Amino acid sequence: MARKTIRNIPQQRAVMPVQPPDIRAHNFEEVALGFDQDAAILESERCLVCPKPACVDACPVKIDIPGFITSILSHNYREAYDIMTDATLLPAVCGRVCPQEDQCEGVCPVGVKFEPVAIGRLERWLGDRAISENWHTDSYIGSGPFKIGIVGSGPAGMACAADLAKAGCDVTVFEALHEPGGVLRYGIPEFRLPNEVVDAEIGNLAKLGIKIICNTLVGRLFTIEQMIEEMGFHAVFIGSGAGTPKFMDIPGENLNGVLSANELLTRCNLMHAGQFPDYDTPLQIGRRVAVIGSGNTAMDAMRVALRLGAKEVHCIYRRTDAECPARLEELHHAQEEGVDFHWLSAPVEILGNDDSRVRALRCIRMELGEPDSSGRRRPIPVPDSEFEFQADTVVYAIGTSPNPILGQTSGLKLDARGYIETDDDLATSLAGVYAGGDIVTGAATVILAMGAGRKAAQSIRDYLAIRDTNSVYSAAQEGLEGTVFGIDQAERNFSPVRLH
Amino acid sequence: MVLNDWGLAMSGQGESLGSASQPDCATLNMPSGEFISSGFPIISRTDFSDTTFLLEIHHPVMARAARPGQFVIVIAHEHGERIPLTLADFDRDRGTVTLVVQAVGKSTKEMQANLQAGGEVFGLVGPMGVPSNQGDVKKVICVGGGLGVAPIFPQARAFKEAGAYVIGIVGFRNIDLIFWEDKFRAVCDELIICTDDGSAGIKGLVTLGIEQAARDHSDIDELVAIGPPIMMRACAETTRPLGIKTTVSLNPIMVDGTGMCGGCRVKIGDRIKFACVDGPDFDGHEVDFDDLMNRLRRYKAEEKVAQETWDKNCRQLQLDPEPAPDTPPESGPTS
Ligand SMILES: Cc1cc2nc3c(=O)[nH]c(=O)nc-3n(C[C@H](O)[C@H](O)[C@H](O)COP(=O)(O)OP(=O)(O)OC[C@H]3O[C@@H](n4cnc5c(N)ncnc54)[C@H](O)[C@@H]3O)c2cc1C
Ligand code: FES
Repeated sequence: MARKTIRNIPQQRAVMPVQPPDIRAHNFEEVALGFDQDAAILESERCLVCPKPACVDACPVKIDIPGFITSILSHNYREAYDIMTDATLLPAVCGRVCPQEDQCEGVCPVGVKFEPVAIGRLERWLGDRAISENWHTDSYIGSGPFKIGIVGSGPAGMACAADLAKAGCDVTVFEALHEPGGVLRYGIPEFRLPNEVVDAEIGNLAKLGIKIICNTLVGRLFTIEQMIEEMGFHAVFIGSGAGTPKFMDIPGENLNGVLSANELLTRCNLMHAGQFPDYDTPLQIGRRVAVIGSGNTAMDAMRVALRLGAKEVHCIYRRTDAECPARLEELHHAQEEGVDFHWLSAPVEILGNDDSRVRALRCIRMELGEPDSSGRRRPIPVPDSEFEFQADTVVYAIGTSPNPILGQTSGLKLDARGYIETDDDLATSLAGVYAGGDIVTGAATVILAMGAGRKAAQSIRDYLAIRDTNSVYSAAQEGLEGTVFGIDQAERNFSPVRLH
Repeated sequence: MVLNDWGLAMSGQGESLGSASQPDCATLNMPSGEFISSGFPIISRTDFSDTTFLLEIHHPVMARAARPGQFVIVIAHEHGERIPLTLADFDRDRGTVTLVVQAVGKSTKEMQANLQAGGEVFGLVGPMGVPSNQGDVKKVICVGGGLGVAPIFPQARAFKEAGAYVIGIVGFRNIDLIFWEDKFRAVCDELIICTDDGSAGIKGLVTLGIEQAARDHSDIDELVAIGPPIMMRACAETTRPLGIKTTVSLNPIMVDGTGMCGGCRVKIGDRIKFACVDGPDFDGHEVDFDDLMNRLRRYKAEEKVAQETWDKNCRQLQLDPEPAPDTPPESGPTS
C-alpha cells in the first residue's frame, strides 16, 4: 500500500450519529451514539501512522495510538484493544470523557488541514466492542505476599488497584459511597457516560481479583495509620478525589433552592432522583434554573436540569465564552439544547421570598481587565451595573476543595490548600502511603487521575521491591518467556518489607 | 445487591481483610465474615412505641470505631435514600451498632414496616462526623428529647466513663413512651424525666428540667442536647443567660455524609459549615436554628408525594387498611 499522506486520506471525519438536540434535551440516553464498525475503519484510514507520533506524547498515559489504529485497519480488533489497554484501563470511559482536543487530537498533523483523526471516538468504539464481546485483560497471577489497600474507587484508585493486582498483589479498594466509580458514578451524567459502561469497565478491573468494599469511610471506620499498622496492608494508595463543593459566601446562599452541582448530580446520578418516587431520593428542579460557573460540572448540571424538566436553564459566568473552562463540545451541546448563557455576570446576592425560597439573583456586570496568574483576563465589576435575575433554583458549580476527612483523621501532611502533599513518586509523608488524582492535584481529568494511579502503582512496586520488568505492561513487545506474567522469576521478591 | 448486579464474583463481600494467611491484622481482629460491603444483618429489633423502634445491626468494625456523637447513614433497600441516624449505642463485644428510629416520614415508616430481626439493611456507612469531646468536664447535663433520647445515651455514658457527674434529662410525651430508663439510670448520677402530660416525672418541657438542675447545681460545665431543632434551641436559650457551654447535635438533610454535596450546610455564627464533616456537634449558642429549620423543610412537598404513594401502595397490598394519619414531613435525619 502506498504510504498515506495528507493528500490521499479521507478528508472528512467518519460520521458519528448524535441524538438531535430537541429530543435529547428531554431524555437521559447518550447524546453521542458512537461509531459503527464501518465508520471506525473509515476513520482509521485517516491516520497517517506517523513514525514519531505526536499524539502518543500528548496522551497522558501514552497509548500507542498509531499501533491500535493499524490493528483496527487490519481488522484485528482484539489486538487493537490489547494494545490500547496496555496503557489505559478504562477505554470506554476515556473515549467518552477525555478532553481529546487538548491532548492527542490537538497535536494530530491531520488537524492542520482537516479535522484531526477522531482518536477518542475510535477508543470508545474499541472499548464498547470489548464490553459487548466480553473481552478483558486477565494477566492475573494469583495473590502474592503483598496486601494493598486503596482508598476511593474513582479512576485514580481503580487504575492503581488494577496495576497492582496485575503485579500479583492482593488488592482491596474501599469506597465511601454505596457504589464504586467516584465521579464517573456520582458526577458525570448518564447521557455522557452511561452507568452500564462504568459498571462494565470497573467489572473488568475487578476480574483481576480486586476486592471492592463499598460503604466504607476510611478515616472514620479505620484510619490510614491503622491500615498500615494494624490491618496488615503493606502499602496504601489514596485516591479520594477533590469532592467538597465551594460556595461564594454571599447573602442568601442558604435559601431553599440553592444547591451545589455535586448535590444535584449526586441526587440524580447516584440516587436516581429522576425516578422519584420509585426511588426515594427527591430533587426539586424548579422552572427557571440559574447555574453559576461554566466548567464541565456546570455544563453537566445544566443539561441534567433540562432533562429533569426545567423550563429554562441559564448559565451565569463572570468571564466570557473565550475563557469558559468547559470542553468546547460540551459548551456546544449545552447551547444546542437551549441553555442560555449570560457572560460577564456574577451574582452578589441571592434573594428569597417570604417562604425562604429563592426567587431571584442580584447580579453585577463584569468587564475583563489584565490577565491574572492563570493567564485568563481578570473579571472586574462594573460600578452601578447591578440587575435582578429571576430564578427559582440556583446551582453552584464554581469548583471544589479537598475533602477534609483524611486530613482530620491522620497525620498525613497536607499542603496549604488542604490537598495531600506528595513527592514526585506520589509518596506522602507517611511511609508506605501514596496518593494521586484530584486529592493531590485539585480537580483535573479522568485520564490524569488514572495516570496518577498507575504512576503510584509503579512507585509502590518499587517500594515493595516487586521488581517486575516492564513486560507486564507491554508483553507483546518483550515476550513472556522466562517470566511469570512478566515478572522475572529471579527478580521476584517475596520478603515483605518492614514498615515500622 | 448492587455489587452483584454486575455479575461479578465480588469476593470482597463478606470476606475478611485478613484471611487465614494474614494473621498480622489480628489487632483489628476481623475473622472471616466481619467485613461487610452491602447487606448488613439486623440482629434484633425492639419496638418502644407505635412510632419508635430500635435496630441492632451487625457491624463489628463499626462497633469498634464508633464514638459518642457520631452518626451513620442507612440505606434501607436498593431504591432507598441515604438516611442519617445518630448512633444510639454500640457494643464492641457483640460487634453491633444500635439505631433508634422514629417513623415520621415515608422512609422511616417503610423501615418500620419492613426491617425485622434476621433481615438486613442494604447499606450502612459510618461512623461519620467528628466524635464529641468529653474533655475534662466535671459536671454535665445531657438532654435528650423525642428522637434525641437514644443518641444522648452514648454521650452520657462517655461522660460518666470520663469521670464526670452526669445529670440526664430526657423528655417524652407521656409515660407510655418512656424507654431506656434503666440504661440512663446506670450512667447518670441524677435523671430527670419530663413528660408533656405529667404522667411521669416533671410535667413540662426539658427546659424545666434544665432550670431545676441549674438551681440545684451552680457548677455545671457543659450541657449537651440532642433532639428536634426547636428543643435544642430552647435548651440553648435556657443556658445562654446562665453562661453554660452548650453543645447541640444538628440534623440537617444529608445526601452522602462525606462532605461531597454541601446539602447539609448549616449556619454557625456567620460561617457556613457542613454538618457531616465539621459537625454534627456545634456550639448551641452560635447555631442559626431558623436557618436549620427552614432548610429541613425544603423537601416537604416531595415528602408528601412519597408518603402518599407509599400509603397508596400499602393499601393496595392491604398491609395498611387504615389510611395513614397526617404526619409531619420527615426531617432528613432522624437523630
Ligand atoms: C460533574 C463532573 C464532570 C466531569 N467531567 C469530566 C470530563 O468530561 N472529562 C474528564 O476527563 N474529567 C471530568 N471530570 C473530572 C474527573 O471526573 C476527575 O478529575 C476524576 O474523576 C478524579 O478522579 P479521582 O480518582 O482522583 O477521584 P474521584 O473520581 O473523585 O473518586 C474519589 C472516590 O473516593 C471516595 N472517597 C473519598 N474519600 C473517601 C474516604 N475517606 N474513604 C473511602 N472513600 C473515599 C469518593 O467517594 C469517590 O468515590 C468531571 C468532574 C465532575 C465533578
Ligand atoms: S451530606 Fe453531603 S456534604 Fe454533608
